[in-house]
Amino acid sequence: MTDTEAIHSEGLRKVFGELAAVEGLDLTVHRGEVFGLLGPNGSGKTTTIRMLTGLMAPTSGRATIDGVDVTVAPEQVRRRIGYMSQRFGLYDDLTVEENMRFYASVYGLRGDARARRLEELVTELGFGQRLHQMAGTLSGGWKQRLALACATAHRPRVLFLDEPTAGVDPAARRQFWDLIYEFAAQGITILVTTHYMDEAERCRRLAFLSRGHLIAVGTADEVRAQFGQPTIEDVFIELQRRDEGVSV
Amino acid sequence: MSLRQRLAASTVWPMLWKEFIQMRRDRLTLGMMLGIPAIQLAMFGYAIQTEVRHLPTVVLDESRSTESLALVDQLRNTGNFDIVGYVADRKALDREIRGGRAMAGVVIPPTFLSDLRRGRTAEAQLIVDAADPLASSAAMSGAVQAGAARSMAILARTTGRGPPLDIRVRPWYNPGLRSAVYIVPGIIGVLLSVTMILITSMSIVRERERGTLEQLIVTPIDKTSLMLGKIVPFVLVGYVQMTVVLLLGRFLFDVPVRGSLPLLYLLTFAFIVASLGMGLFISTLVRSQTQAMQLGFFFLMPNILLSGFMFPREAMPVVAQWLGLVLPLTHFLKVLRGIILKDVGIVELWNPTLVLVLLATLFLVLSVRRFSKRIE
Repeated sequence: MTDTEAIHSEGLRKVFGELAAVEGLDLTVHRGEVFGLLGPNGSGKTTTIRMLTGLMAPTSGRATIDGVDVTVAPEQVRRRIGYMSQRFGLYDDLTVEENMRFYASVYGLRGDARARRLEELVTELGFGQRLHQMAGTLSGGWKQRLALACATAHRPRVLFLDEPTAGVDPAARRQFWDLIYEFAAQGITILVTTHYMDEAERCRRLAFLSRGHLIAVGTADEVRAQFGQPTIEDVFIELQRRDEGVSV
Repeated sequence: MSLRQRLAASTVWPMLWKEFIQMRRDRLTLGMMLGIPAIQLAMFGYAIQTEVRHLPTVVLDESRSTESLALVDQLRNTGNFDIVGYVADRKALDREIRGGRAMAGVVIPPTFLSDLRRGRTAEAQLIVDAADPLASSAAMSGAVQAGAARSMAILARTTGRGPPLDIRVRPWYNPGLRSAVYIVPGIIGVLLSVTMILITSMSIVRERERGTLEQLIVTPIDKTSLMLGKIVPFVLVGYVQMTVVLLLGRFLFDVPVRGSLPLLYLLTFAFIVASLGMGLFISTLVRSQTQAMQLGFFFLMPNILLSGFMFPREAMPVVAQWLGLVLPLTHFLKVLRGIILKDVGIVELWNPTLVLVLLATLFLVLSVRRFSKRIE
């Protein structure tokens, strides 16, 4: 393992009863990379993220985030990562400001430091008028932004985004990706899962998961070449076809 | 880091801050938590009357004499019987009872007066609808009392001597034998059980159900802060509920606290923690609020039925008594009734107190061990 590795896993495996959701995953994501994790529904993307963030214990194998072992020192890992779950996970009955303040405090910010960070986030993400609106009444795009603000309140080294733009309109999606690039420019490593092919093309490198197995890693060009398909979408459809072909 | 710095940096503060804001905004639950004490107290306090009195009664008086009238009067004076009518024959009497218009029937045979005059034992009959044993037992004991009293009066008149034996009963702690006196302290226990077991477990499961727990447990928040943040607001709610019931009990039902109020509030803490432990434990077993509610009721029912809140534990089969011993409410009721009704101190209450502390520790340890910062 070298110093440029932000995420590293070896033989990561998760079994639910009879079903192996993730099977022997070896993955390396470099510092400052925007890395896309792709695959059909049920291919093990969310389970992978949950293991990497310490939300789930792997059945076997190991993973390190920023050089820290996830199973050995989960609390240290939690200080270094930000996470946005697939579902909106913030409090509907708290205002935008209260949600951000709560998460900043939970990440250990107090007093002036917290006030400064909140101000930064508000300007960066453009809340302003919505500061005192209840989170539950925000539109999908604004909810995602708020979730991003809360997940980055502590300036994490690595950011995990599980389908961050699902169900968000195209304009809001583009804005969201601009934010992702801004974070990457600040040196934050980003691992993102998505079903949108245009988003996949915007990642520096991609990994394809199929039935819990990692079957391709590389830049968009490399992956297209590997499968002999003209676009990433074609790769995706080809994969899904294979998956369905094998299933009984 | 000094202890003070560490305390200031603890994640329990943001957790508590968030919980109190959410509790303040959830007006429905808040209203329910504070309104339920009043409603339950009124319901149980006014409606539950375990002493059954004023049983509707019909009389078949075939003696039609001053003596038979005196006996009916004596029965009426016990307060257990309301004479609702006179019937002409046995068939009519049967009809009244079977039709539910009367719960009891007094039959005085034609020979009643002549038997008395000849110095023979005069017989009268009381027929009781005993389908409900609680209701009929009052009628039966009332009849025996009235019969004995009447006998004594007749004996005193004919022999000129007083009764050879006289038992004077002194009902302590509740001289008026009012249900409310017994029920009000119990309500506090039942109410706290409901809040602590049901509402607490649901509040934790709600975070799991809405997906907010997943977002929360990837942060460095520690397990203790998370659990304390969920528990502490409900401890306060519990104390407010208890205060409401005590005040209503005092002014609505005339049930003052005879013993030490500080001791009562102190010992209540052990019970609250024990029940919260149960609530936390339930939350670790279930996935949804619906399940939490169902399991919560499963835990609550024995608390209400076996603790001695409604039915005296002394009357229960041994197995039920043993089961009752594991329930925090059983021991808390002793504390509540002891302090509120009998003014007893910690010396008399050390036994239930000790058990409560033990149960509290047990449930807390169990649930903390089961509670995990993971999702599977």
